[in-house]
Amino acid sequence: MTETAIYTDNLTRDFSTVRAVDGLSLEIPAGTIFGFLGPNGAGKTTTIRLLLGLLEPTEGRAEVLGFDTRTQADEIRARVGALLEHHGLYERLSAEDNLEFYGRVWHLPRAERQARIRDLLTRLGLWERRKEQVRTWSRGMKQKLALARALLHRPSLIFLDEPTAGLDPVAAAAVQEDLATLVAREGVTVFLTTHNLAEAEKLCHLVGVIREGRLLAVGSLNELRSRARAPQVTVTGRGFTDEVLALLRARPEVTEAALQNSVLSLTLRKRTEIAPLVAALVKAGVQVDEVRRDEVSLEEVFLTLMEEAQ
Amino acid sequence: MIGDIWAVMWKEWKELSQGAGRGRLGLLAFLGVFGVFMPLQMGREWVASPLVPVAAVWVSLFLVTTVVSDSFAGERERHTLETLLASRLPDWAILFGKVGAAAAYGWGLTTLGLLLSLVTINTAYRAGRALLFPTTIGLGAVVLSFLGAGLATGAGVLISLRAASVRQAQQTMSFALMALVFGIGFGGQALPDAWKVRLAQTLAGMDTSLALLISAGMLVLLDFGLLAAAMGRFQRARLIA
Repeated sequence: MTETAIYTDNLTRDFSTVRAVDGLSLEIPAGTIFGFLGPNGAGKTTTIRLLLGLLEPTEGRAEVLGFDTRTQADEIRARVGALLEHHGLYERLSAEDNLEFYGRVWHLPRAERQARIRDLLTRLGLWERRKEQVRTWSRGMKQKLALARALLHRPSLIFLDEPTAGLDPVAAAAVQEDLATLVAREGVTVFLTTHNLAEAEKLCHLVGVIREGRLLAVGSLNELRSRARAPQVTVTGRGFTDEVLALLRARPEVTEAALQNSVLSLTLRKRTEIAPLVAALVKAGVQVDEVRRDEVSLEEVFLTLMEEAQ
Repeated sequence: MIGDIWAVMWKEWKELSQGAGRGRLGLLAFLGVFGVFMPLQMGREWVASPLVPVAAVWVSLFLVTTVVSDSFAGERERHTLETLLASRLPDWAILFGKVGAAAAYGWGLTTLGLLLSLVTINTAYRAGRALLFPTTIGLGAVVLSFLGAGLATGAGVLISLRAASVRQAQQTMSFALMALVFGIGFGGQALPDAWKVRLAQTLAGMDTSLALLISAGMLVLLDFGLLAAAMGRFQRARLIA
């Protein structure tokens, strides 16, 4: 059985009259990269604060690595890493001193601390600049350093709150790449909040969508895609006669068939197998050159869910 | 436990040592006044003067005031506090590490100033035997400056945790300190003449050791009171919400 890294049941948090997180129920298996998607102010950061035990829930409960966030927050914080909304680096200190400090905080023995700092900074391409004050660094470099800090003590779970927010596309891609490499190497569970859908698509195994504190959907990317809109297939070839179109429209799994410039567009019912359709086309005398399934992007999924919520 | 406090102190000192150069110049000027100018003004009387412990308390108060607000309000202003609170460090370790660093900074530099003043006096006025503080004055200055540093740190924590920014915290602390200085000065002036004479006679007749002991006792009570209040205020849930 897969171990559960994060479990929440009706987790709710109010700030005076505002409900920031509203009845959140989640189960995230260990070893997963979980993407928590939502627009600004959706409740992503508050959820992380609740999971870290920095805030107490108004209602409901949560367990992180098997520990209750209300009564065992110290145990949780002793086992996780975090890169929060702000990178939290001491800008007057050098990169090395920033990691040295957190290495001491995590009680890493001196030799292990030094080796780990060297390893992480080298892998992130920051070793040569370790003596420089962090304030002289670019935002992308700071985010990488903050990522190194979050992984320094080899936590089994890390929280990343919009790790590429505010970065230019090149820096964001570099951080994402390093993140993917390090996470794969270290084998940690990741709880990643983002409103960058491409980032979630690139990194996450499991995705949750939140809006105004409420969880709209949770599942793998494929599961969410299937919820967004009906699957579409385009077929390129020759011999698409009116009879063929009528034949297709008569099939129960096809909801729509349209022909334009020798390209047939089919809208299908969910969970439709494509192979029998292609076989039927060939049998009807169509010369099929190419069959392409049109993937639903996460952006479409996200926008559909947002529209539904409205 | 101690390791956690030490880790926070290490970070605080690192940050202090990497601080702006302007701050260092101010610090040198301050030490110059306390360790050179004042002893030269008073001459060889300096070593036996009951003013030395009083001056030492003021010096440690001023020195701590310059750093404590940056340590607490600055951590929040620079958005490093939440990451620190998300670590495994207990609240009290963060608090005591910061308090310890600020107090040690104020007390340590005051002690350095006292030693510098001895060097100054001995360089300028030594005739045969070395001029040293009598035990009561020397010990009183060291102990009272330590307690003064504790007082400023405790007050600084409470003010900084309520302030919106480092600047506001520093302004409030400076204002409180000035109010204390001018309050004592003007308050003394405002007393009726008969009271002034009586007060002067009481102070003149009082044994120096007893006066220092009473002062130390009062400072200890204030230090513990402020530290207890700071511990009540410095809690994760209250700092994040």
